[in-house]
Amino acid sequence: MAKRIDVSGLTAYYSSHKAIEDISMTVEPRSVTAFIGPSGCGKSTFLRTLNRMHEVTPGGRVEGKVLLDDENLYGKDVDPVAVRRTVGMVFQRPNPFPTMSIFDNVAAGLRLNGSYKKNQLADVVEKSLKGANLWNEVKDRLNKPGSGLSGGQQQRLCIARAIAVEPDVLLMDEPCSALDPISTLAIEDLIGELKERFTIVIVTHNMQQAARVSDRTAFFNLAAVGQPGRLIEIDETERIFSNPSVQATEDYISGRFG
Amino acid sequence: MASITTNTPPPPAAPAPALRRKSTGRAGDKVFLGLSRGSGILLLVLMASIAIFLSVRAGMAISKDEGNFLTTFDWDPAAQKPVFGIAVLLFGTVVSSIIAMVIAVPIAVGIALFISHYAPRKLAAPLAYVVDLLAAVPSIIYGIWGALVLVPYLEGLNSWLDEYLGWTYVFEKTEVGVARSLFTVGILLAIMILPIVTSVSREVFLQVPRMNEEAALALGATRWEVIRMSVLPFGRSGIISASMLGLGRALGETMAVATVLSPSYLISLHLLNPGGGTFAQNIAAKFDEANQLGRDALIASGLVLFVLTLLVNGAARLIIARRKEYSGANA
Repeated sequence: MAKRIDVSGLTAYYSSHKAIEDISMTVEPRSVTAFIGPSGCGKSTFLRTLNRMHEVTPGGRVEGKVLLDDENLYGKDVDPVAVRRTVGMVFQRPNPFPTMSIFDNVAAGLRLNGSYKKNQLADVVEKSLKGANLWNEVKDRLNKPGSGLSGGQQQRLCIARAIAVEPDVLLMDEPCSALDPISTLAIEDLIGELKERFTIVIVTHNMQQAARVSDRTAFFNLAAVGQPGRLIEIDETERIFSNPSVQATEDYISGRFG
Repeated sequence: MASITTNTPPPPAAPAPALRRKSTGRAGDKVFLGLSRGSGILLLVLMASIAIFLSVRAGMAISKDEGNFLTTFDWDPAAQKPVFGIAVLLFGTVVSSIIAMVIAVPIAVGIALFISHYAPRKLAAPLAYVVDLLAAVPSIIYGIWGALVLVPYLEGLNSWLDEYLGWTYVFEKTEVGVARSLFTVGILLAIMILPIVTSVSREVFLQVPRMNEEAALALGATRWEVIRMSVLPFGRSGIISASMLGLGRALGETMAVATVLSPSYLISLHLLNPGGGTFAQNIAAKFDEANQLGRDALIASGLVLFVLTLLVNGAARLIIARRKEYSGANA
């Protein structure tokens, strides 16, 4: 059930420091949207406002609106816990639960929701691991700890854990930056398959990666250190990388800064 | 851990004079090596001499014991036929420590979680400080407070327990008298070990990697579910170590127990009845007036306490090691 994200006038703070200012954009369902930009431009912060993880950081707060289809994630009666159950997230460093087995890691989200039948659990775990292209590598050791896998396998385990609860949106915060090239390729292939079912937003430092996996690309920048990050432009990936409409984007893409 | 290999050029056949010159840090290295090795050896020597001292004196005493050192319910080494046994002391020590652990560990873990994960920062720091301060109160103060405040105060609780839980036998009070019982000692010990268990657990909970907690949060976990999924599993071995530190203190506590307990050389499962004894309390009470054999007998009981502590620590290490594969350490 991929959903569209509509952001308007979003500003996020860390205590009194304004990290991103006045961001508006639309993220299309069943597509991959990549966020690129220099370090500190607020692209990760922005990503974390999309599942209300930003406010978990002490002092973090948000102004503005994020509509998921028609529902405002920052609406008055919205429970952030419920938001995070429909907007999944994959982190920069693989973070499987170290004390849980591979099976339990994937089942963790379902068990939290409590809405499953005992015999369904094994099916969902198998389906999710297959969905994350990990099933063949782990099917004989589902009861071994997840922390015994390689980094790339752990990251795919985290993806399996995130998609097991069938979220509407999947957020990925530099999911390949801690991985070797072969594992990176495996994750990128996987993203291509997952976009058939989910709305995917990926933050990446690797511009080739953005060009390879995404349909649309958003470029973020900041005027100076200490200034809030802003969205410079968002467009079809092909256009951003061939003929962007803003000079700063072209300068960044062609390696003149950042 | 990724290992990095670099191509180092082969060392030149004849090193330049600069490379042969002794670096100035050498003297410091040698002094430090000597100091640290010396301290290590000193520690081993100390441990060995304590063990030897205890064993030799204990052996001398036990060989003269006319009763059974493990099962006799009597302590009279000064008699014509000296009899003494540690059964009562072992019972009293273990029971009072178990009561202390059962009460203190859940409360301590709760306080530690509150300080590390629930309390607003402005409250957490002073609260942590106050808990640490409690650890600095000398045990004799706890003893006096226990005898003057806790004992009278507990009489109400005791009669309540007797009335409603008396059928369990354990909480049946069959003797009249003030609450100078093993149960009271257990409560007092629980208060005394609370700070150490709390502060060690708190330190461990604060070390849970941020990314482990965010993993649970991002799946839609509530604060309690984050604690259950990420914090407690990660902190498990830390809680065990903290409890063992507390247990060590509870097993060996002397002054507070001696002040509160009205000792008797009996084993009774009616924990609310006054009486009983612990190793440390018994040694403190009888050492001054004991003759040579009496002192050796007390040392023998001290050796049993020493062994008991070692066993408890060993068991804790086993528990921690058994689930190492799943511990947070190899994340």
